[in-house]
Amino acid sequence: MTVSQRIETAAQTEGPSTLAAQVRPAVVLVAAFTLLLGIAYPLAVTGIAQAVFPAAANGSLVTRDGAVIGSALVGQTFTGPGYVHPRPSAAGAGYDGLASSGSNLAPTARTLADRITADVGTLRSGGITGLIPADAVTTSGSGLDPHISPDTALLQVPRIAKARRLPEAEVRAVVLGSVEGRLFGLIGEPRVNVLALNAALDDLKP
Amino acid sequence: MTFVGWLQIVLVFGLVLAAAAPLGAYMAKVYAGERTVLTPVLAPAERLLYRAAGVDPAREQGWLGYTLGMLVFNAAGFALLFSILRLQDILPLNPQGFGAVAPDLAFNTAVSFVTNTNWQNYSGESTLSHFSQMAGLTVQNFLSAATGLALAIAFVRAFSRSGATTVGHVFADITRSTLYILLPLALVTALVQVSLGTPQTLDGSVVLTTLEGGQQTLAMGPVASQIAIKQLGTNGGGFFNANAAHPFENPNALSNMLTIWQMLVVSTALVFAFGRLVGDRRQGRAILAVTGLLLVTAVGLCYLAESAGTPMLAAAGLDPAGGNMEGKEVRFGIAMSALFAAVTTGLSDGAVNAMHASFTPLGGMVPMVLIQLGEILPGGVGSGLYGMLVVAILAVFVAGLMVGRTPEYLGKKIEAKEVKMAMLAILVLPTAILGFSAVSAVIPAGLAGPGNGGPHGLSEILYAYSSAAGNNGSAFGSLSGNTPWYNTTLALAMLLGRFAFIVPVMAIAGSLVAKPKLAASSGTFPTHGPLFVGLLVGIILILGGLQFFPALALGPIAEHVQMQAGALY
Repeated sequence: MTVSQRIETAAQTEGPSTLAAQVRPAVVLVAAFTLLLGIAYPLAVTGIAQAVFPAAANGSLVTRDGAVIGSALVGQTFTGPGYVHPRPSAAGAGYDGLASSGSNLAPTARTLADRITADVGTLRSGGITGLIPADAVTTSGSGLDPHISPDTALLQVPRIAKARRLPEAEVRAVVLGSVEGRLFGLIGEPRVNVLALNAALDDLKP
Repeated sequence: MTFVGWLQIVLVFGLVLAAAAPLGAYMAKVYAGERTVLTPVLAPAERLLYRAAGVDPAREQGWLGYTLGMLVFNAAGFALLFSILRLQDILPLNPQGFGAVAPDLAFNTAVSFVTNTNWQNYSGESTLSHFSQMAGLTVQNFLSAATGLALAIAFVRAFSRSGATTVGHVFADITRSTLYILLPLALVTALVQVSLGTPQTLDGSVVLTTLEGGQQTLAMGPVASQIAIKQLGTNGGGFFNANAAHPFENPNALSNMLTIWQMLVVSTALVFAFGRLVGDRRQGRAILAVTGLLLVTAVGLCYLAESAGTPMLAAAGLDPAGGNMEGKEVRFGIAMSALFAAVTTGLSDGAVNAMHASFTPLGGMVPMVLIQLGEILPGGVGSGLYGMLVVAILAVFVAGLMVGRTPEYLGKKIEAKEVKMAMLAILVLPTAILGFSAVSAVIPAGLAGPGNGGPHGLSEILYAYSSAAGNNGSAFGSLSGNTPWYNTTLALAMLLGRFAFIVPVMAIAGSLVAKPKLAASSGTFPTHGPLFVGLLVGIILILGGLQFFPALALGPIAEHVQMQAGALY
């Protein structure tokens, strides 16, 4: 028998259709499903995840000299001239892990235009010419974007080299070495993890 | 737009279709009561639940009993979730020590999760305890999706049965949907998500000193188990405020593809199951063709608009080739953000991996229009299928008017009662969306909401009620919705959009199931060919256009024109 015949000819004795008759099954099932789906299921996933993928299950934390310095997945603020800077952030006062948020500014918002013009002005006064990469002065959706585009990282090479008293070529090599490409050349976007790159720069010369 | 961007989009759709065909066959077996690979494991649990609840799946219900059962089940779920949110300060698993959720926010959130909307007026990481996320939100993520599946299957039975009175047993359908379909998929994909980087812990948050010496606190919790079913059940309510843009919810390009796949797979599989259950797989393929045509077009339009950027960005000196990156993550880029936005609204999911408020006016109009078309492309889990079948009933009715014959769909005569009920259901959406938006656009409590000026402000209000009435849950996040006015009226729009739609739909089911199933004759309009696909596409676009074009002209279209002229607000 095919599924369509089965569903046509299923038992069709009619059960109770009153409102009162629905209460017991509804209440019992909501309670039982809360135990199964609200307690047992998340605890089972937690148990397996903690056993099999402990690093990922606890937030992919990065340690340096024994201390946790961040998560590989979450961006953080960098303002020093010797560090590569992340994108502007709308999460709290910037990269606040308790207040993820985008700016939610409209494309026609004067506030957005003013902010972008000011940020571009800062870059220009730092000696940057030419077109500005699209991610360099825009906030991300989460405010916690851990990445910048390779172009945005390369823009900052002269400033970093000067602050760290390193040849630009050396800094550029570290930046290019930290570029992550598309998976199989297809999936994702080329990007640079800001925390990983800054840790690599500190390794090179603190 | 780039070639590699389009390749990624095609890859995601390909992976969905590859999985949906076998999953659809499996789902058809589950609903037909056949043995499946999981039967030996799950049948004892199923029997135990039936015994405890006093359910005899062999004694089925008529449409009214089925609908009443569904309503009582959802009312019980609402009462429990509302109580958990209000009492979370004294319930366990609250490591951050959050207080009780405010009454209007708890009402909004409970309604939102029970109706499969998952509108986020709450900010997950700073409002909700782990217990509320697990025993509250996660449970309704499953059950609201299972409710949708059950209703869709009851509606399909109405077409496949002949001269019958019953449409199935609501509690059996909900139980089977949960145990055999949603739970196994959620369990497996949650673990895959953890392997890709999503946290799953019962600890609260990590306080750390950053490389530069600042302090950062990272909120965490049982994230993967919540967001796996959030996507599979087309719920969309995030663990975090930033939803799927948050790097813990969606750490990389692979997890992004997985979450888009999760959103689409059950609804798409249900279309395949539909074809099998009505005994004519071509009927399912026709619906799938309509969905594919409209959804791919929408993805393309959104991708085009976002890639084009804005005149303001170009004038500031930004590289025009980079497109509009405000509100988007570098790891996803423009293509995967546009795909996500169109899919999340073609469905009734509402998760976002980029902020729709910061999309270009036309790019942001795409998700808004997809919601207003009824979220039937392929739509929410279950709700998409019955929504699409209601429009199909109207389409055959229109075709019948053109040739002067009584229309038929899947062997059932479509008569005055069905068409009246279908129209009643269709009118719920514009009434709730345009009614509440109009009021909010003139009273102070409503006007206090928008965070941006100019036409975008109206778009924010319009998007909010579209999202609520359509049970989507995505937002132009610039609207301050966590106020008594918006919490209450958005919740009402959600209730109308869900239940005022379902009751007439089930009345159609009750009427159809009693009718004899007619064999196709030479005079029957075939509903599996390109002619019907074209007709259905036309009806969907005409209905949506007639209802919402005037409002769209005042919002996103006006903003686009103003933006091109260089206006700022």
